This record gives sequence, C-alpha cells and structure tokens, in this order.
Amino acid sequence: MRTVAKHEKTAKFFRHASRRFLFLVCLGIGGALLSATLVRFAPGYGVQERELDPRWSAQSVEALRQKQMFHEGLLMFYVHYVSALAHGDLGESDSLKRPVRELLRQRLPVTGNSVIRGLGIAWLAAALLASLGLASRGWFYEASGTAFSSLLLSLPSAVVAMLAVHLRTPVFCAISVAVFPRLHRYIRSLLVRSYDQPHVLAARARGLRGAAIFWRHVVPVAASPLLALLGVSFAIGFGAAIPIEALCDSPGLGQLAWQAALSRDLPLIVNVTLVVCLVMLTANSLTELAGRAVAGNSQ
Amino acid sequence: MSPLQKVAGVILCIIFVLMVLAAVLVPAPYARQFRDVPNASPSRVHPLGTDVLGRDSLSRLLYGTRVSLLLAPAAALLSTVIAALLGSAAGFLGGWFERIVLALTDLSLALPWLFLLLTVRAMLPLDVPPMASVIIAFLMMGLLGWQASVRVICAAARDVRDSDYLLLARSSGCKPARLMLGHVTPNLRPLFYAQFWISIPLFILTEANLSILGLGVMEPMPSWGNLMRGFEDFSTLSANPWKLAPLVLLVIVVMCFQLVLPSEEVTQ
Repeated sequence: MRTVAKHEKTAKFFRHASRRFLFLVCLGIGGALLSATLVRFAPGYGVQERELDPRWSAQSVEALRQKQMFHEGLLMFYVHYVSALAHGDLGESDSLKRPVRELLRQRLPVTGNSVIRGLGIAWLAAALLASLGLASRGWFYEASGTAFSSLLLSLPSAVVAMLAVHLRTPVFCAISVAVFPRLHRYIRSLLVRSYDQPHVLAARARGLRGAAIFWRHVVPVAASPLLALLGVSFAIGFGAAIPIEALCDSPGLGQLAWQAALSRDLPLIVNVTLVVCLVMLTANSLTELAGRAVAGNSQ
Repeated sequence: MSPLQKVAGVILCIIFVLMVLAAVLVPAPYARQFRDVPNASPSRVHPLGTDVLGRDSLSRLLYGTRVSLLLAPAAALLSTVIAALLGSAAGFLGGWFERIVLALTDLSLALPWLFLLLTVRAMLPLDVPPMASVIIAFLMMGLLGWQASVRVICAAARDVRDSDYLLLARSSGCKPARLMLGHVTPNLRPLFYAQFWISIPLFILTEANLSILGLGVMEPMPSWGNLMRGFEDFSTLSANPWKLAPLVLLVIVVMCFQLVLPSEEVTQ
C-alpha cells in the first residue's frame, strides 16, 4: 500500500512538473508574440535613415515605404520574427547596432553572477539575524533588528548604488544590501509563525532544547514558504540590479535595460524583459517544485 | 495604536501640513535661479543653501515633497482600485475567471517591477514637459502596481464567498451585484485600506529610483528622486551635509508609513 501511495505521489509530482514546463513554453511563445507586437507597433518602426536624408525626394521616400510594406506585411513580420526567434535570433539593437542575442550572452552572466552572490549574502545575513532574534526573543534585540532592516528598506536602491560607488564596494554587496531587509522581514515573520505553532509549544513544554526545536520542528514547517521566498528573491535581486548596475557602471543586464529605456531601443528592452521574465519564471517553477517535494516528504 | 505608531502618525501629519503650506513657506519659486549664489551654504535667505544652478534648495525640497507625496498616494489609490475590482471579482466569481486573473498576477509578479516600468517608459516619449512626466510616472505606477494586492484581496474575497452569511444572503434571493456591493465589499474594506497604505512607501521608493535614473519626474519640476540625483558625488556631501535633506525626509516618511501599519497587515 505504501509503495502504491509513493508511486502515486511521484506521478502527481511529475504531472505537475510537466504542466509547469508546458506553461513556460506557452508563455515563451506568447511573450515572443507580444514582444513582436510591441516592436512592430512602436512609434518609428520601419523608418530608415534614408527617409531622413533631405537629398531623397518625397516620391522616392514614399516608394521606399511601399517597398518596405510589400516586403514586410503584418503576417510576414510575425512569421519572420518567430522563425528568427526559433533560430535564436532576437533581432538587432537600434541604439547599439549589435545583435540582441550577443548583448544578452555578454550581459546575462555578469548580472547572474552579481545577483546570485548578492542573494547568497542577503539570505545568509537575513536567516542568521532572524534566527538569532527568535532564539533570544529579547525586546532590545528584536527592536534593533527591526529598526535596522526598516532603515535599509527605506533607502531607494539607487541611493544604495551611489553609496556603493562612493565606498568602492562590489555590485553584489549593493544588491545584498537592497535585498536583505525584505528577506529579513519575511523570514522573521515566517519563523515567528512557525515557532508559535502548538506542536512547538508542546515540544518546549516537554523540555526539548532550543536548537533541537528549531531544526526539527520550526525549520520543516517554514521550509516550503522559504523556498517560495527564494524564487521571489530572484525577482527582487534582478529588480535591484537595474539602478545598481546603471549607477555602478557594471556591464550587466540592468545597465543594458536602463540604456535601452533611455534611448527608446524597443527591440532591445522588450527582448531583455522577455529573457528576464523567462529566467524568473524558471527560477520560480524550480523553487515551487522543490517546495512541493519538501512538503510531500514532510507529510 | 502603539505610542510609536502615534509618533509616526504625528510626524506624517506635520510633513503633510508642510507640504500643503509649501507655497506660503518657501522663500522663492522652485525654478527661480539666483545666479549670483550657485552652490551657496545655508543662510537666512536660503536656509538649505542653493543648488548648482542657484535655485533655493528649501523651496525645491518642499515642492518636491508635494510632488512625491501627492504622486505616491494617487498611484496607490489607482492601483488599489484596480486590485480591488480584479481581486474581489476573481475571488467572488471563482472558476476560470479567477484562474486567469491569478495566472496573470503570477506572471507579472515574476517579472521584476522596475524592468516592467522601464519597458513601458521606453515606449513613451522622453522629452515631455515636466507636468506630463509627473502624470506619466503616476499612471505607470498606478496601472502596473496592482499585482501583489490582487492575490491578497482575491484570497479574502474567496473566504467571504464561502462564508455562511453569504450563503444565507444568496438563499434569501440577493442578486450578485447586491451581494458584491452590500456584503463582499464592506467586509474587504479594511484590506483595501491596508493595501493602499502598503503601496504608498513602495511607490515613493519607485519614483525615487526612476527619477534618479532620469526616467521619472523631469527637471525643473522637483521630486525627492530628482533632488537626489546630485548625490552621485558623495564626497561633496560630507562637506555639505544639508544636501542630504531630501534623503533624510524620504527615509523618515517611508519609515513612518511602515510604522503606522500594523505589522501583521504588512507581512500578509
């Protein structure tokens, strides 16, 4: 009986995982079509430099436009866009005059590296501070921890970036400072809620040691939401990377998105956003699946 | 209400009064340039000195406070209204509508908020008049900032839908519109207020980030964000600490907003 139940649980898990994968694929296609629409209908689409050259007569410019429309009607545009995308061609940046794919290949690892290192430090600091606060449960410790994280929470990421430039600290440190207060607040709240569960109270009444209660009874209850928070923290980290990379002059995706927004380079910003969205959704799906696996094991 | 919350409330009230009385209190219009005294230190004429163009810093700070503190609640109100409509309808109606709304919400929550704002901002012209830039920033934040609230409101509306008193009202022949307006909405009202309050500090910080990056409120209109653009050279700030006034004010206001809200509502 137990083996059958285990097989059923595994099958259910894989069904859910395949549904998530299918959702990601559909979303990728939908996102690509939406990106194509945004690029196609953006003001200035299809305007060639030759049209702005005063030496060309009005009739010649009109003929050029007609030729362009004949070669690329709306349906043909979508077909070209999606088939190019299937071959990994994301178009060319209007402002940088370079293939978007090449720019993403250069910039994504820089941001990924900074965000992962920043999140690592922020998670470590937030978990440590929240656990210590829970262990001591003293008024002073709790108040000072909350005041510190509230102060950091009140600072715009761009100001943290300026401070990082002034102090010459690496980008990942600035990202960890921007992410830490949000993580601390949620982790603390989750741990406090888990600690107030009746079974934890019973374990305390039976005289179990604090560390044993924490690892055996508090952490397993909080594990699933903590994994969900891990997925969300990637979005927070990538969001904080925009002002930080832009102001710290770090050649990552955040700086690229900012430059694209300033120069109204739609093919670039739309594709950067699409790629970031897919990265975030993959991270969220993985953490959600991990959360389900953890919840299934603990049941 | 705890004493700390009362103090935070009083501070917010004082700042709001200063904001309203900005036109009376300021020594000069925010765009007027005193070309003889650029980068001046604090004096009786210019209590917070002047900026690099000779504009009075106190005037710019008070008008900037007005822009930021009107912009953020207006955007918060818009986003809360959208979230209230979508979340209550999704929770109350359930079924495929709820699934679509929640899937859309999850999708937009997965995307970092600033990336979304930058994409939308890139589609709009950059060289707009200052007032138009304020309206664009307000509309962008209001129209794109509803996602987090929708989830919470939808869950609460679902609870109300499954409650006994709603079953009784339904069995008494109450029509869906009356159920929604007479029973669901009044029960969700405290949640709407909480979501509104939570959104304000978030939008204040977003406006600051966007304006520092040159994509928010445009010069010469002051806002906390574009007043902080001068912080790029932090070394001059240690010699002129009064230039930190916009940051200090922003931190105080955001902290006060966080304190005024009960912690449970913030963490939900």
